[in-house]
Amino acid sequence: MLESFNFRVIWEYMPLYLHCFLATLWLSGLSLLGAIVLGTIACAMRLSQSRIISRIAGIYIESIRSTPLLAQLYFFYFGLPSLGIMLPEWVTGVIALTLNSGAYYSEIIRSGIKGIPYGQIEAGIASGLSYFQRMRYIILPQALGMTIRPMLGQAIVLVKDSSLLSLISIAELTRAGQLLTSERFMPAEGFLTTAAFYLIIYYMLKGFSNWSEKRLIFREAH
Amino acid sequence: MWGFYFHELIHSLPFFLKGLWMTVAVSGLSLIAGTIIGFICGIIRTSGNKILRFIIGAWVDLIRGTPFLVQIFVIFFILPSIGIELDAFPAAVIALTNLAASFICEIVAGGISAVPSGQREAATASGLSAYQQLRQIVLPQAMRTILPPLVGQYVLSVKDSSIVSAIGVVDITRVGWLTVQRVPEGLMVFGLVGILYFVICYPLINLSSFLERRMTVESTRL
Repeated sequence: MLESFNFRVIWEYMPLYLHCFLATLWLSGLSLLGAIVLGTIACAMRLSQSRIISRIAGIYIESIRSTPLLAQLYFFYFGLPSLGIMLPEWVTGVIALTLNSGAYYSEIIRSGIKGIPYGQIEAGIASGLSYFQRMRYIILPQALGMTIRPMLGQAIVLVKDSSLLSLISIAELTRAGQLLTSERFMPAEGFLTTAAFYLIIYYMLKGFSNWSEKRLIFREAH
Repeated sequence: MWGFYFHELIHSLPFFLKGLWMTVAVSGLSLIAGTIIGFICGIIRTSGNKILRFIIGAWVDLIRGTPFLVQIFVIFFILPSIGIELDAFPAAVIALTNLAASFICEIVAGGISAVPSGQREAATASGLSAYQQLRQIVLPQAMRTILPPLVGQYVLSVKDSSIVSAIGVVDITRVGWLTVQRVPEGLMVFGLVGILYFVICYPLINLSSFLERRMTVESTRL
């Protein structure tokens, strides 16, 4: 297989790959932003005093976590048109990815907030810190320190999940591999190049995750 | 019209149950194999051999860093070009086993290294062989850390098994996809698909959080 590996074809398809690489980046970046915002809101709802609000957020989180992303994606892709809502594929894809990751981010944020002992907040109040100061100096630095790794882990999952968008014919990295495979019948060249591009994103996020952990431990020690 | 589609959907219920069985078969087989391989790799990863540790680490990174959809395309489309012809079902089981094994390997390695080293030292001092140490001292304690994320991984595997529908394995997702071509009510069809996944995954998620609570209570009681 390797001796017949055709680098010339990969080079020929490089503009397509780079275009699709950027598409993967911005599609997952957009979904990531949406998911963090949605996750924060869902988490606030989940921790709300009101039973009903908390229950609604609970139903959302549980139903997302118990069903596969692909089924959710098809649910919106085939379901929205039958409600008369016509959206471009990429919007459907971003909506599905955002809703999916939002549920996981909500759980990550919740575990970060729950991880801070209430005594610390009381101590902050007793020391006369304002709400903003307590958030800035006590809660957020610790919650961020505890959640940055799972958050980046979920970001990695999100980038990988964006590969499913190729199944609703959005031009992203996996789609580029499929195109090379079907046009030239070269699956090895097509999918291994795709995998290499995903590995670039993975190692960047993983490196950032390791770096941030060192930084945060360093700050804690002082 | 809605009633007609509902009727159609009821009629294709046996088809959905066949899909459910396929999902259970694919994920069940690969979970059994994945658990065995994952435990072996996890134990090797925490052992002394540096070369084996490096190889397993690289394999885990490779699997974690690429989307499952790409992995399954690699196995299904590239292996034939080096002379290994696989049907969709075995290809799906192999891909899912590989994925589950790499994640379980990390979980097991994490659980084993969480056992205090004093335990091993005491076991060595008592004259236990390496196998006896592992079997009677290290693994029973590590299981407490391993079990909750292991069940969590089972949930992920069941959900990831939906992706094998992309190579034509007729699982629940594929049945939904085929049905929606005939019954153009996406919300209803994929709602049903979601419910079927929910029936499998929700009890497992609850089992995982139950185990987590139970294991932490027990360890504080000790």
